[in-house]
Amino acid sequence: MEFDLNEEQTMFRQMVREFADKEIAPYAEELDGTGEFPYEIQAKMADLGLYGLPIPEEYGGAGADFVTYSIAVEEIGRVSASLSISMAAHTSLGSMPIYLFGTEEQKQRWLVDLAQGRKLGAFGLTEPEAGSDAGATRTTARLAAGEWVINGTKCFITNSGTDITSHVTITAVTGEHGGGKEISNILIPAGTPGFDVAPSYRKMGWHNSDTHELSFTDCRVPEGHLLGERGGGFKAFLKILDCGRIGVAALSVGLAQGCLDESVSYAKSRIQFGQPIGRNQGISFKCADMLVEVELARLATLKAAWLADQGRPYTREAAIAKLFASEAAMRAANSAVQIHGGYGYIEDYPVCRYFRDAKILEIGEGTSEVQRIVLSRMLGL
Amino acid sequence: MAYEINEEQKMFQESIRDFAKTVVEPRAMEIDEKGEFPWDMVEALKKNGFMGLPFAEEYGGEGADLLTLCIAIEELAKVCVNTSLILGCQELGSTPIKLGASDELKKKYLPMLASGEKLCGFGLTEPEAGSDAASMKSRAVKKGDKYVLNGTKCFITNGGVGEIFSVFAMTDPEKGVRGISAFIVEKEFPGFTVGKHENKMGIRGSSTTELIFEDCEVPAENLLWEEGKGFSLAMMTLDRTRSSIGAQGLGVAAGALEYTIGYMRERVQFGRPIAALQGLQFMVADLAMQVEAARSLVYRAACAVDSEEPGFSALSAMAKCFATDTAMKVTTDCLQLMGGYGYMKEYPIERMMRDAKITQIYEGTNQIQRVVISRALLGGK
Repeated sequence: MEFDLNEEQTMFRQMVREFADKEIAPYAEELDGTGEFPYEIQAKMADLGLYGLPIPEEYGGAGADFVTYSIAVEEIGRVSASLSISMAAHTSLGSMPIYLFGTEEQKQRWLVDLAQGRKLGAFGLTEPEAGSDAGATRTTARLAAGEWVINGTKCFITNSGTDITSHVTITAVTGEHGGGKEISNILIPAGTPGFDVAPSYRKMGWHNSDTHELSFTDCRVPEGHLLGERGGGFKAFLKILDCGRIGVAALSVGLAQGCLDESVSYAKSRIQFGQPIGRNQGISFKCADMLVEVELARLATLKAAWLADQGRPYTREAAIAKLFASEAAMRAANSAVQIHGGYGYIEDYPVCRYFRDAKILEIGEGTSEVQRIVLSRMLGL
Repeated sequence: MAYEINEEQKMFQESIRDFAKTVVEPRAMEIDEKGEFPWDMVEALKKNGFMGLPFAEEYGGEGADLLTLCIAIEELAKVCVNTSLILGCQELGSTPIKLGASDELKKKYLPMLASGEKLCGFGLTEPEAGSDAASMKSRAVKKGDKYVLNGTKCFITNGGVGEIFSVFAMTDPEKGVRGISAFIVEKEFPGFTVGKHENKMGIRGSSTTELIFEDCEVPAENLLWEEGKGFSLAMMTLDRTRSSIGAQGLGVAAGALEYTIGYMRERVQFGRPIAALQGLQFMVADLAMQVEAARSLVYRAACAVDSEEPGFSALSAMAKCFATDTAMKVTTDCLQLMGGYGYMKEYPIERMMRDAKITQIYEGTNQIQRVVISRALLGGK
């Protein structure tokens, strides 16, 4: 057993933490109020190499392992869920599908810009009628005269409408086989005629994360934009989601850690009844519980990442980590606001934002209920 | 012991439920989005005779009991916490007057509050005196026939819209808690200004501000009860109003559950309504149990206050704490049941979750409620 990060990983964590504290945290509250995508900070993160961590160097990435990637998502998530999810979704949903399933030509064309963070990528799986039941995809792609003709609607798609979005990979029904749907992945470049991006959603939180509904009306892309095998879409997106779950778990750990840090600091400095409120067990026990959950969530997340790095199966561990960490993050955010009292309810304090940002962690990349389905099936139930 | 509300209360419940559905609900989203105080709702409450509910008939009110007020607040909070708070705050701000004012003061102030002509507020909390309300720094010094008031109150509901405030200040700092006195302060008194308007996570249609007193002149006859009785008056007030915050929590919980059940019946995934999934059915069963238990406790506590039953203070604290913890739990789980849609502002659930959080904090955090309850059981201070 080895629970320590190696020297490189330790230094990397320190570096990302300092960056997050210096370049993001001071602006996070104000940014949240604008609801805009933070291009300047995104560019700085890209300069640090954070947008292509697990992508090999030959495609412009950092060639880092998943443990390192998790550390980065966590540390950014400690101060800004919006920036963390933008980076995580870009990596696991925008870039990994091309890296894992793309042809050499597709990788050269798309992956380099993505890995260097000059462009952002998105993945369009969810539809209005196909949420947890992702296999119910209704979007169709019909091959006609060497082109895919796409019709359908995708919703809640992260990074899909920024000025630097290069593409969205969508799942679409490309045919039927023996009564079953043939689902494939297709790359749609931003700006393709017939590909419409709706105005940003108005959300409870994640205000600086770019999320849109996308509609495709006789949208045509070349046949060569098929990503991976025709009919391999369902299997591919399950694999993609496994990786995405490590990201959401890591972000959850970061958000929960941020809640703990803010709570402890407030509990030490806020004086009521002649002493810091942290002297009251009603408060200190809440912090202790938060610490336990943050630590367990981090262990579960790093274990899943480590398994991925060993090339071993990690579906089970990714589901465990995502489920536990996201629920721990919601509990931590709820406690953090409570510990801050009235101040926690005011948008000047980070915990107010963390609270609004936390809830979607239990929903995105497979709801908690979907994780429970995955796990109960693995138990043979 | 009556486990049922009586015929009159039942009829009242139907009428305010109808009012809430037809008049209030259509405005709820807009009130939150715009973050503006809903004066039209004040007018509608006035027109329908709801503003005067908790005021005696001799002052132009309806002479309703606390249980009836709680029923009203519950029904309003089912669709709009902001609107329910109009009634709640009118009760909170006026209770010190009802309990501690001379007949002359009552005749002067209660009719304008009962009619809703003027709104009122309760000025207890200060930046350094939250849960520890007794550590307040505001000073009132008697000079001739006036008290000169100096200090800052914060997080005051109705701060920017109220005209009559029950304000608490130290008249004799040497005496600590027994040196606190309460006053009726009118907005027009010289030296009274409204400070910072808070940008809040929820109840965004409610005006929450600082109240600033700079050599504010208060006529000596506006002293409530007598010098040194202010803290007792504040506690007596809160003992009597806490059930109504419980009713607010109960309402938002019941409203969220009702809405979510409707969604679950219509939302089809995996070929059937999600209401057919046992994992979700059991969540709903748990939520319904908590809502029902919260309702029983809130009604029970309100009846105890109405009959001045010994021990109503702890019961009120239990009702407030349990019902508002229920509100948080139920709205959080309802958002979960709504999935990604729940996180979007087009649906009411994310607003209900944001609104629910404050009910665990204001009028005594739920930690303070636990202090009240445990002291009643264990003694100590």
